[in-house]
Amino acid sequence: MYRYDHYDQAMVDSRVEEFRDQTRRRLEGKLSEDQFKPLRLQNGLYLQLHAYMLRVAIPYGTLSGAQMHALADIAGKYDRGYGHFTTRQNIQYNWIKLEEAPDLLADLARVEMHAIQTSGNCIRNISSDQYAGAIADEIIDPRPYAELLRQWSSFHPEFLALPRKFKIAVIASQTDRAAMKLHDIGIRMVRNDAGEIGAAFYVGGGMGRTPMIAPCIREFVPVDQLITYSEACLRVYNRYGRRDNKYKARIKILVHELGREEYTRQVEEEFAHLLTQGIEPPLAELKRIATFFADPPFETGLADDVDRSDPGFALWLDRNTLPHKQPGYAIAVISLKPVGGIPGDASVEQMHLMADLATRYSFDECRVTHAQNIVLPHVRKADLFAIWQQLEAAGLGAANLDTVEDIIACPGLDYCSLANARSIPVAQKISRRFADTGKTAELGELKLKISGCINACGHHHAGHIGILGVDRKGTENYQLLLGGSEGDDTSLGKITGPGFDEDGIVDAVERATDVYLARRQEGERFLDTYRRVGIDAFKEAIYG
Amino acid sequence: MKILTGNDLKSGAVTWWTGYDWSIHVEDAVDAGDEADAIAAREEGARRVNAPYAIDAERDANGGVRPAHIKDRIRALGPTVRPDLTLKPADPEAGNWVI
Repeated sequence: MYRYDHYDQAMVDSRVEEFRDQTRRRLEGKLSEDQFKPLRLQNGLYLQLHAYMLRVAIPYGTLSGAQMHALADIAGKYDRGYGHFTTRQNIQYNWIKLEEAPDLLADLARVEMHAIQTSGNCIRNISSDQYAGAIADEIIDPRPYAELLRQWSSFHPEFLALPRKFKIAVIASQTDRAAMKLHDIGIRMVRNDAGEIGAAFYVGGGMGRTPMIAPCIREFVPVDQLITYSEACLRVYNRYGRRDNKYKARIKILVHELGREEYTRQVEEEFAHLLTQGIEPPLAELKRIATFFADPPFETGLADDVDRSDPGFALWLDRNTLPHKQPGYAIAVISLKPVGGIPGDASVEQMHLMADLATRYSFDECRVTHAQNIVLPHVRKADLFAIWQQLEAAGLGAANLDTVEDIIACPGLDYCSLANARSIPVAQKISRRFADTGKTAELGELKLKISGCINACGHHHAGHIGILGVDRKGTENYQLLLGGSEGDDTSLGKITGPGFDEDGIVDAVERATDVYLARRQEGERFLDTYRRVGIDAFKEAIYG
Repeated sequence: MKILTGNDLKSGAVTWWTGYDWSIHVEDAVDAGDEADAIAAREEGARRVNAPYAIDAERDANGGVRPAHIKDRIRALGPTVRPDLTLKPADPEAGNWVI
């Protein structure tokens, strides 16, 4: 894992003291809310439905055991005993007191964490593949590049007041596990015909009220020009992105309105200019960063056999573990989606347990996924049973990864001041419905995503089944979408028709899955069947 | 009726204008009538509340104050999915009117 150097730590520490002073002045009345609001937002502190909410950045979702312990301690000391892991690999606390926020940030800084640039029109936390460095299909570990981008984008003076917020994801495998094409910039590390490492740039994707899939604007940027090309992409956006209309201010609108070719031409022109300016950090810095992401000291000669005699464990093994690049090891995913639970929430005790498991069994490392689960990336297969037993005892043993119970859901109207409808109760009812009917395993891979408003924090556009909560004359109403995907085959879901009430949307989801079960062919997932038979068959079943 | 709500500056807690102070219990809210905007400006200036705004509400048969919009009803009691975190006012039926 990356460790702060003196400069990193000094920057974060000084920011904490700066915010402590700003908070003091706000509480003393020397700053009005209008003056203070942008300052607290720059430090990740929102005012939400019930209280202040703090969003903490987790760079590319990676945490050490000590950091996860610290997040748990914060949940106990400053919040109400739990935290919420988000779809951008961050964590949010829902019940923060303004007067305690500076102390909280100081506690975070002690474990090399912060909440800077988790709000506002700046470059947000860099996200990545949660299996980076562990999965066999990557061409290289994407995290050093994500870290380089993090350092470049942190406090970048030119990009702290962009037309709108800006999200970057970095992956390094053909399989996209980070919704890369649905980011403002998606970067896929690739190898060219000469065997050199470089980056393919996808620019102008996003969800929200105008979902778009990012087009590729350059298939290969040499690795020693990664930052320069990123800067060129941002500069064109910063110069021409619309500031007159918040709803048209994201880069996806600029790329769409200019067209991919014209946007690319302008980026290339800016890129050529920037190459003469020498802004790229030296390769030695990238190499220094990469040393922090070297493989842990894996044992060799370990057996791959696992005792599957416990049926509950066997189910979890099949559903929640993935092959590791190192023989004798596995990637284990801890589901934060117990049946009837709140997607992404974890208690103080659960966070401490996950931290202990990371330290004891996974080389002191865990990851947050954009699907709101936690990964133990490097686990000896011989330790899987012991891990599962401890997870089971703590209510974390749900064997439902990528199933209809593994629902992504934003906080919705239960917490969020932007929401129009509640997301969590719908997720709870759906997971209970499918658990009760016993269909979850039969349905196989089925990604269901719920947003409580058009901002799409719950990624409803990218769900095989998506649900969008809307406000219809003061009443919650839910639209159903089908056919979205965030993977290699990225697609945007289509609305089936009129919306439903809370119970009606649960019935509608079940009817859609019944169509799949009736019409699927050998080996087809829900998404495959939908794409083959089309939306009409589903609409007929849903609306009768 | 028009009632005033906002958040406590220090704690962020949801608060309701009682006619002379701010309460965390929506039952204590009073009709601010035409004075709502003026009260909000005065109270925010005095740092007794953060980001106050006026909303429509009605009083039910038992005298309970019920915000008109679901968002403010959820604000009044807390997240519907965490009953352990919601306020426990005297009304034994609390929560039934939120959704």
